[in-house]
Amino acid sequence: MENAVRETGRNGQQAVVQVRGLVFSRGERMIFDGVDLDIERGKVTAIMGPSGTGKTTLLKLIGGQLRPTAGTIVVDGENVHELATRDLYRLRQRMGMMFQSGALLTDLDVYANVAFPIREHTDLPETLVRDLVLMKLQAVGLRGAAGLMPAELSGGMARRVAMARAIALDPMMVLYDEPFTGQDPISMGILVKLIRELNDALGLTSIVVSHDVQETAAIADYAYLLSDGKVVDQGAPEMLWKSASDWSQQFLNGEPDGPVAFHYPARPFRDDLMQGGRSR
Amino acid sequence: MILDPLQQLGRKGLAYFGRLGRGHLFLMQTLAAVPGLVLRPGLVIRQLHSVGVLTLLIILVSGLFVGMVLGLQGYNTLVDFGAEESLGVVVALSLVRELGPVVAALLFAGRAGSALTAEIGLMKATEQLSGMEMMAVDPIRRVVAPRFVAGFISMPLLAAIFSIVGVYGGYFVGVGLLGVDDGAFWSQMQAKVDLNDDVYNGVIKSFVFGFVAVWIAVFEGYDTVPTSEGVSRATTRTVVHTALAVLGLDFVLTALMFGD
Repeated sequence: MENAVRETGRNGQQAVVQVRGLVFSRGERMIFDGVDLDIERGKVTAIMGPSGTGKTTLLKLIGGQLRPTAGTIVVDGENVHELATRDLYRLRQRMGMMFQSGALLTDLDVYANVAFPIREHTDLPETLVRDLVLMKLQAVGLRGAAGLMPAELSGGMARRVAMARAIALDPMMVLYDEPFTGQDPISMGILVKLIRELNDALGLTSIVVSHDVQETAAIADYAYLLSDGKVVDQGAPEMLWKSASDWSQQFLNGEPDGPVAFHYPARPFRDDLMQGGRSR
Repeated sequence: MILDPLQQLGRKGLAYFGRLGRGHLFLMQTLAAVPGLVLRPGLVIRQLHSVGVLTLLIILVSGLFVGMVLGLQGYNTLVDFGAEESLGVVVALSLVRELGPVVAALLFAGRAGSALTAEIGLMKATEQLSGMEMMAVDPIRRVVAPRFVAGFISMPLLAAIFSIVGVYGGYFVGVGLLGVDDGAFWSQMQAKVDLNDDVYNGVIKSFVFGFVAVWIAVFEGYDTVPTSEGVSRATTRTVVHTALAVLGLDFVLTALMFGD
């Protein structure tokens, strides 16, 4: 009953992830201070915000790699941080994650990287593993690169391999950590297209953490804007562009000054200048 | 102000004991993962190659030279007493009881231990371990335990090889170059080196050193700060801590085994 209630998210839609009252701090630094959000099943949800707002941390909290100071995270009806290790690992088999760096195993070639989760979690015969791997690589357009080592791949190719590996076990949900950072326009276009198409074709739920506004907004069904440990705005991307929030406008339009000040907090400039030759 | 150094000392003490605790918990987790490797021997065999076989060359060369030096030094001392025919005993006992396990462990830390730390540390820095966790694969079972077992198996074998090659090095110098009697060299060695007191105790030492060396190496890698500087520091710590632990433990074990 509790799970059924928890699975009902925004607008009565089915939520595959529900975050309630999330508090997380590192030392004395508060990363999240009472964050609530819902990730709806079958949708692409964007989590956007400036660098250092804890977007990647949020993915690690959802994946159970970090433990919140307070609050709950329910994924597919299961409270992630109350699960025993065995159950958490079982839940993770239903999630895929694409890391910013790709996180490919450097001693394995592309084929073996994609085959890795299949071999670890199933007893399928090698011929079937081969077919599955080739299907996943075909989906990301890298079947021809199956024999390459990670060091031989460009940044965009490495992320596509990581994407193929993330969907290797046909998960219910894929988490993308900064998928567009540092990509050339062609690679970026490919990744944008793949995230949307794979989500729709495979019936996935996707969470895209990014600060690349245009690309992310182009494929997201819903977006959350995070800053200073809180959700500062949320809505369909086209609605966010019209948001009355000064912070949202500054972030989405890339304005150098605004609610997020250009200057790092400091004492008055005059005081520093009047200090003369004395060092700080 | 006065309390600052005290506070710092307290902080360092807490950090030290915290790390010590993490190291022991990590060891428990690793040991718990070892039985599962029976079903996946391929993982251990692959590591036996990179941890053991690739360390063989440095062990062979070092063992030979250490044995040659022992032969030369032993001869120069023994010849003054007309006891040069005991050279075989001196060389064999020095190697089997002490130098074999100790020097092999120090070389193991320098070659294989540092490589293990750097490899696991870099896997952490490049999010490969994190990636495995998210693929529901436990890095301790998949990455750490096979390396731990391979190191534990390799170390006694490497120490034995070191001692054997060292004896031949001493033989080459003593018998081949300095003219010690061939028969006396081997027969005295056979008569004076005891299987239980000397050889088995040496083997026990090499098992203990192997356990400690590989534990330090994999823990330092797993616990590294995931930056290039962090990996560099962890690698250095592996070599330094292993050297200190091996030499300290050698004294304790020697006292227990040979002290009357």
